[in-house]
This record gives sequence, structure tokens and C-alpha cells, in this order.
Amino acid sequence: MRRKTTSKTTYTLPIGPIHPAFKEPVMFEFEIDGEKIVDVDVSLGQVHRGIEWAGMQRNPIQILYLAERICGICSFSHPIAFARAVENAANIEVPERAEYLRVIHGELERIASHILWAGVAAHEIGFDSVLYLTWRMREKVLDLTEYLTGNRVTKAMITIGGVRRDITKDNIPKIRETLEYYKKNFEKLRHVFLDDKTIKLRSKNCGILTFEDALKLCAVGPTARASGVKKDVRVDQAYAAYGDLDIKHITPDILTGEINGDVYDRIVVRLLEVKQSIDLIEQCIDKMPSGDIVSEPKIPKLLSAIKKNAGEGIGRHEAPRGEVIHYVKLDGENEKPYTWKARAPTYNNILPWIPMLKGEQIADIPIVAASTDPCISCTNRVLIINKKHRKIMSREQLHRLSVEKTRRLMKTHHIIGGGTI
Amino acid sequence: MRFAMIPELLMQMFKKPFTNRFPAKYIPSSTTKFLEDVEKGKTKIIPPVETPHGFRGKIVYDKEKCIGCRLCIKVCPSNAIEYKPDEKKIKIYVARCTFCSQCNDVCPVKCLNMSNEFLLADAEKYSQTLIVE
Repeated sequence: MRRKTTSKTTYTLPIGPIHPAFKEPVMFEFEIDGEKIVDVDVSLGQVHRGIEWAGMQRNPIQILYLAERICGICSFSHPIAFARAVENAANIEVPERAEYLRVIHGELERIASHILWAGVAAHEIGFDSVLYLTWRMREKVLDLTEYLTGNRVTKAMITIGGVRRDITKDNIPKIRETLEYYKKNFEKLRHVFLDDKTIKLRSKNCGILTFEDALKLCAVGPTARASGVKKDVRVDQAYAAYGDLDIKHITPDILTGEINGDVYDRIVVRLLEVKQSIDLIEQCIDKMPSGDIVSEPKIPKLLSAIKKNAGEGIGRHEAPRGEVIHYVKLDGENEKPYTWKARAPTYNNILPWIPMLKGEQIADIPIVAASTDPCISCTNRVLIINKKHRKIMSREQLHRLSVEKTRRLMKTHHIIGGGTI
Repeated sequence: MRFAMIPELLMQMFKKPFTNRFPAKYIPSSTTKFLEDVEKGKTKIIPPVETPHGFRGKIVYDKEKCIGCRLCIKVCPSNAIEYKPDEKKIKIYVARCTFCSQCNDVCPVKCLNMSNEFLLADAEKYSQTLIVE
């Protein structure tokens, strides 16, 4: 608690780590003047799980399923980013058909995630009947996912060098039927979210993130695009089959003609992305070539090929929440990767919370926080526990540690003359 | 329309609930008594939604076919498979299984399969129903 003078007009309001408004543990410390938020401080590190360490004890095939469990909603995005990192490091080619299948599953996940988010956002402003409507609609895409992959959430679809299950001709009518359902009901969803007075009241001019702030704070995904930043890995650095498909950046001005960067615009962007995903899946079904779905179906052979390769790889993917990056380093001796680092999109969307929340009212905290679609458990990576005391490290300390580690690694790897860091 | 949800909500009043009420319409006051009644044929279980083709449920192990190559142990992400060196066979702890079916893919003699069984709740994680060997 800070106390400046005796005539203090503001007070501190801590919210979290566990709070009914947030689905996951995150800690906010607000400086409040009456109902108005003057200052915000976010502290993370409440749900560190040590997943990267667990990954470094396993071989890449095993990590796929661990990566799947970084996030329950992005259960396709994390393994695809990891698989792409390993493919990058070990120079594995992915067959063309597999690239199209990856796009189909990635887009199905985006539809499920955005509709889920729409429900959560409605719930945060206390409009629960919309929550039930959207989640009922989401059930259709989950049924399709279950039909194509075997399970609703943990799909286990990705493997290194391709995908594990094919989409046959018999599956296509069911996919088309589900897409038709969404096309038919899209107008209903748009009408409920964009024309309804209640939602407009709560979301217009609320939680504004300006174009400059979005750029400066490196916001990603729909959060950045709602502020007018044209940033999308699928378009900017087209991977998988996205290069062959007709895809462009989605910004709110496509529908409304203006960009405000508020919560309403984030709803607009996500709704338009659902429509875009439907279109992309249809394009994929039409254009998909026939052929293999995996480059090396024999897993022991694949593992020994990865084992022989030394190198670093980066895998990027546009998850529903934004860009996810996985970094993998293989040392050429062990099957287990030397390093595995995952960066979830929410990590970038935490700092934009601060300009969004400043000047808003206390009651706007849940909807503004939810508007970036945060996924805290995916984000938490570093927490230092020194015996019994939790220690929060400052930026300088962390930087110094990081420099020291680089020096140490250079020494152990006999890299001479690495230059200044 | 100022309140876009109202027609939808009015329509909902005349529709059936979307959810499948498995296993009973209302929660029974005693689960064990409910199960006993089902066995005696007094009440009926509302059937669950059918599992799709390719559903990954409880693992099925064909012990005769197994050659003890240990490839499944190598790829299992959750270390759910134990090797029995004297028999040269394996033992699977379903409580640890993540249902990825990677062992099914890697098995050279196809002695592992995924069944449709998904009701695996048990009070004891090492109970005989949760160990496949």
C-alpha cells in the first residue's frame, strides 16, 4: 500500500489471484479514485506448471501431447507450432495435403474458440442467455471436431511431418453441413452481438487500445487487429497452405467503417474471423490435393532422423488469440530437445491491459480483461521460488541472469568470440 | 431491434433442452441405489450420445500378439506403460493414459487398440478396471 499524503484521494484495490470474475489466476492491483481506475499493475506467476522442463525430459513425439495440454482451447495451435519448430530444426518436409488438413483443423479450432469467447464476454457483462446461445452453437463445431479427430478437445491430430488422420470423401458432407449451419446462423449471432442495446452500452468506447499503443506494446491477434494493426501470421508469413488461399487481414472497419479499438471492435473482429474461417475451410476442401498426409509414417525412423539433426527451429502459428511461437533446439546427440520455449499469445496481450483499463470504472474490469481473451495458464513461464520465499525479480536482475546464462552456455559449447551481448 | 435476444428466448420456451440427459433426467438422490435399480430393471439409463468412428476410449491390449518390442513405452507421453521383463509383455495404467493413441500407431504388430469405453471413473487409480495387461 502506497500512501503519499494525508489527504489521499485514491486507494488500492487488489483483485485476484483467485477471483470469480476471472477464469484463471491473475493478480491485479488497481489504484482507484472513487469508481475510476487511475493506475493498474498486473502480476502474473500464479499458475506456473513447469511444462517446458517436463518437455525437456521427453522426445519430440511425446512433447506433441504435452504441448497440446498447454492450453485446453488452443489444443491444436501449440502442437502445430511445436511440430513446425522441430520440422524447421530437422529440415523435415510436410506433404501438401497435410498442409491443407492443418489449415482445416486450425480454422475449426478458431471457430470454436471465438464462439466460446463470445459467450464468455456476454457472461462477463451479465448477459447469460447469450452465453447459452453461443455455447449451443459452439457444440456443432465440437461435434465436427469429434467426428474428424475422435475427441472433442484434445485432438491428437498433429505429428511431426504431417497430420495423423486424413479427411476422406465420406467426411466432406458432414463438414459442409456444419459450415452451412454456421453460415445460416451467423446473421443471428451478428444481430445479437452487434445490434443489441445491452451489449452496445457495455462495449462501445470501453477499454480503448489506440493504434499507437497496440503497436508499441506488441499486441497480437484480434486485440491488435481491432485497433487497426494489420498483423496476422497467416497473411504476413504465410505458412502451411495459407499462401494458396484467399485471406486478408480482418479489421473492424470492414463491417462498421471505423476503427475505435474498443471492446465492441474486438467483438466485430472475432465475428468476422468466424466468417473468414468458414470461407477458408471451404476453400481448403475445394483445393485440397490428394497424396500422403505424413512425410515419414514410421515413428522410430522419424525419431532417429530428428536425433541426428543439430540445430534450432522456430514454429509460428496464428492461434485464435494471436501469434504463438515455439522455439526448439536440438543438439544432435539426444532425442530430447536441448531447449524448448513456448510463447503464448496472451503474454503479448497483458501489457495492453494497462492502457485499456486506465480511466475505466471498476465494473468494466472483467469485460475489458476478458476482451483480449486471456489464457493465463498458457502464459506463465517464470516463477522463482527461493526456499520458502517467493522472489519477484526485477527486469535488471533478470537481464543480468540472462546475460550470465548466455555466457555460461557459450563456455560449455566452446563458442569463442561470441561478441558482446 | 433494441433487444435482439428476445425472439430467440421466446422461441426457446417451446423447444426441448439441447442437452442429452445422461444418465438420468434428474440427479438421483443416491447413485448406488440408482445403479442397483438399473440392474434390477426398475429404471432405465438414458443412453449417452454415441461415440464417433475413431473415438479414443479405454485401451485394449492383445497380449498374445505382443512381441515385447517396447516401442509403445518409448512414445507414450505420460509414461503410462510399464514393461514386464520376465514375461516380455506390457502393463498399461489407464489412470495415467492421455488417450492419444500414439502407441496404437507405433505398434508393429497392431496389438493395441482404442475401444469406445469412456466411463472410467473410479475411486482407486490402481483398481483392476484401470489396469490393462
